[in-house]
Amino acid sequence: MVDTIFHSELFLLTLTIGIYLLSGYIFRKSKLMLLHPVLLTALCLILFLNIAGIDYPHYKESVALLDFALGMSVVALGYLMYEQVERLKGASLPVVCATLAGCVVGIGLVVAIALMFGMEREVITSIAPKSVTVPIAIAVSEPLGGSVAVTSVVVFCTGVLGSICGPKLLDLFRVTDPMAKGFALGAASHGIGTARAIELGAVEGAMSGLAMALTGFGTAVLLPIVEKYLY
Amino acid sequence: MKGLFVILACWLAGNYLSMLIDGYLSGNIIGMLLLFTLLCCGVVKGETVRGAAKFLLGTMALFFVPFGVGLMESYGVIMDNIAAIVIATVVSTFGVIVTVGWVFQLLNSKNNG
Repeated sequence: MVDTIFHSELFLLTLTIGIYLLSGYIFRKSKLMLLHPVLLTALCLILFLNIAGIDYPHYKESVALLDFALGMSVVALGYLMYEQVERLKGASLPVVCATLAGCVVGIGLVVAIALMFGMEREVITSIAPKSVTVPIAIAVSEPLGGSVAVTSVVVFCTGVLGSICGPKLLDLFRVTDPMAKGFALGAASHGIGTARAIELGAVEGAMSGLAMALTGFGTAVLLPIVEKYLY
Repeated sequence: MKGLFVILACWLAGNYLSMLIDGYLSGNIIGMLLLFTLLCCGVVKGETVRGAAKFLLGTMALFFVPFGVGLMESYGVIMDNIAAIVIATVVSTFGVIVTVGWVFQLLNSKNNG
């Protein structure tokens, strides 16, 4: 009886959203990056599923609604791009060149280092899109045979790393232009970097959001080519 | 509701286009570009999709949770490659920040001067 309830789709979906809301509350109270709501929710759920003896495929099927909503969110990113595009005026050359440089360096360094370590193809594909926002990274790595769980973890860590070290690194290399700073943070560490850039200033925040959208698009176009010919 | 319809229609059209190009780009990414294009051309007004888009973007973090839970299946893969993954992530994240910041600043200053 209890088992039937625990295993039901409705229960698992409600539990997921409930734990997520609770985690968000804890995150806002503690302001600790490591207690990021997604991370905390996932860990709690893994614990629960293990105790209740529910396997991952069953859980994934039960919360298919969230998967569907993520697909819609990727499309909704088009609206975000549209909101940002007005800020592009007068800076199209640096924007285009910096986006290209970011995509090439981002994918190139990961693939080069991964090959040096003799990593398997599936793992390389999973971590190659690590600088772009999770929904795009997943949309890129999944069809190419990457593991979405590995992708999400690496993308998340990249975001936290960039937002913590990014501003110091930019100072060290004497990048003082606020537009350049914001763009660099968004290009390297997507949404989490953008949240940090907004703290630096409005210009930084807007440029970071723009960089996040453009790098995501650039990576989506570039990675399949790299995957096919380079490794 | 209209906004949701536009987003779903873009996704659907994106899926068809994705099949035409052999899945080179996934349907939702093409849908994102379609929505962006429609908004820029003024075919769809910004306010039509704003409500639905803001809701989806604001709740997006929740939609990642199932992938995070996927860790229970794939943490072995990460642990097997932990050194390489950490080095690749750190080097390339720092590389991107410095390169992008530097390129952007160089070209932007030329632009303004």
